[in-house]
Amino acid sequence: MSKHQELNCAIQTEGLNLWYGTFQALFDVNLNIRNGRITSLIGPSGCGKSTFLRSVNRINERLGYVRINGSIKVHEQNIYAPSVELLQVRKQVGMVFQRPNPLPLPIRDNVLFGHRIHNRAESSSRAEEDEIVEQALRQVLLWDKVKDKLKRKATELSLEEQQKLCIARLLPVKPRVLLMDEPCSALDPKGTEAVEELIWELSGQYTILIVTHNMAQARRASEECIFMLMGKVVEHGATDELFLAPREQQTADYIEGRFG
Amino acid sequence: MFEISALNQRNKKVERLFRTLFLMMVLLLVLPVIVILATLIIKGGPIISFEFLFTSPTDGMTAGGILPALIGTVWLVSVALLVSVPLGVAAAVYLNEYAGNNWFTRVINLAIINLAGVPSIVHALFGVGAFVIFFKFGTSILAASLTLAIMTLPVVIVATRESLAAVPMAFREACWNMGATRWQTIRRVVLPNAVSGILTGVILEVSRTAGETAPIMFTGAAFFLPYLPESIFDQTMALSLHLFVVSTQVPGVPEALPYGVALVLVTMVLIMNSLSIAFRVYLRGKKKW
Repeated sequence: MSKHQELNCAIQTEGLNLWYGTFQALFDVNLNIRNGRITSLIGPSGCGKSTFLRSVNRINERLGYVRINGSIKVHEQNIYAPSVELLQVRKQVGMVFQRPNPLPLPIRDNVLFGHRIHNRAESSSRAEEDEIVEQALRQVLLWDKVKDKLKRKATELSLEEQQKLCIARLLPVKPRVLLMDEPCSALDPKGTEAVEELIWELSGQYTILIVTHNMAQARRASEECIFMLMGKVVEHGATDELFLAPREQQTADYIEGRFG
Repeated sequence: MFEISALNQRNKKVERLFRTLFLMMVLLLVLPVIVILATLIIKGGPIISFEFLFTSPTDGMTAGGILPALIGTVWLVSVALLVSVPLGVAAAVYLNEYAGNNWFTRVINLAIINLAGVPSIVHALFGVGAFVIFFKFGTSILAASLTLAIMTLPVVIVATRESLAAVPMAFREACWNMGATRWQTIRRVVLPNAVSGILTGVILEVSRTAGETAPIMFTGAAFFLPYLPESIFDQTMALSLHLFVVSTQVPGVPEALPYGVALVLVTMVLIMNSLSIAFRVYLRGKKKW
């Protein structure tokens, strides 16, 4: 990769190894994930794609028995450096889960949650908060549907709307990277389509890293694609190329459904 | 093809037998409660009057009302709660939300279980040693309430931990992943969702506290006081002790009097419990996830 491209990378890993206790889940992962693009991670269950995703905002370490060496840089800064504040990592690198997990609060408070915990209580007026809520909900294409019921509990929404809300609540703190761990697997086809549409809508503004089991989805909803197997990166390239003309035999076998 | 077989018939008979057996056990359990309540109402009911509730005992406690004891119990329970609830909730929050699963936590858990198993008379003696003598509170509402508080702490801690644990982990994960600290998570999400459980636990505990006799006997409850307590440093009468006294220690008490006292105490507890159940139902209806 040329110097110019490297500068344009949002996430760079070097020699990343990760162990759960004595089990090694990632082997020497070297990746350059491009800024402002949608990159999908595919591979069979247990290949380490979720593990990788979860090390980019350091939520793996909560398990306590996780060991890591190598580095993960987000916008040129190693997030495992001792001077790095974990709360800032979590703020800059937002995460969306498989199962929508809105908080049991009104829709409005869900959207404002991140904003409120990262700002002093008195810092924003009611009007500013309204503005933030509207902007975030508009960005996730949810505003028109929920603008009249912002005081209703978020848990009353449909799963698709809940998932969009979970994305919306990350946006007010202006994250650089959005991690999505199979964001559509709890949704029906229509919901999936809507969330994929949203992911495209957000590309360019955020670097999006999306783990998926669904190859059709990786193909539809990403610009770059990474194929992982047994904790190693097998292939990384433009999605179209990876699916049409994979360089590695293992990739070809997987995308043609010969295993996995 | 679908006719009943001999084996079916036998099995159904056994089925009926066990069903009846278990039902009998349930009825047997409820029976004492009904008998107790009925006895109290029949024997103690007639003595209950405005005067009984709102005047002091007279004639060597063989006549008059129970006002000082009633007020005393309210004092004792309130002060005990003021101490045990903040302490217990804070401890439970630490144990459930902060503490890791290590030897320290296990030792603390063991201590809490053991504290719950200590007989109340031992708590009473501890109360005398610690609060009456060492801290020089004397025999007072404060000493008695602190003793009650320590005795009921395990209940508060266990009830609080259970309701904290009932808040789904996904909510905490969601908060932590947005960069919320533990405290922000607890204050904004965990506690608001656990509060119904905590409150019910607390109210149920009130009923236990109100009925305790041993822990307050040596630490602050008086045999007979014609006046009402004015501060937490005064002694006070209490319903539970008063019941013991008029039942066993005073000659010439009319038969209805102890029953009346018991009826008031039990009613107080029942009202508390019903409130807690009603409250729980109300909050559950509001909760959705």
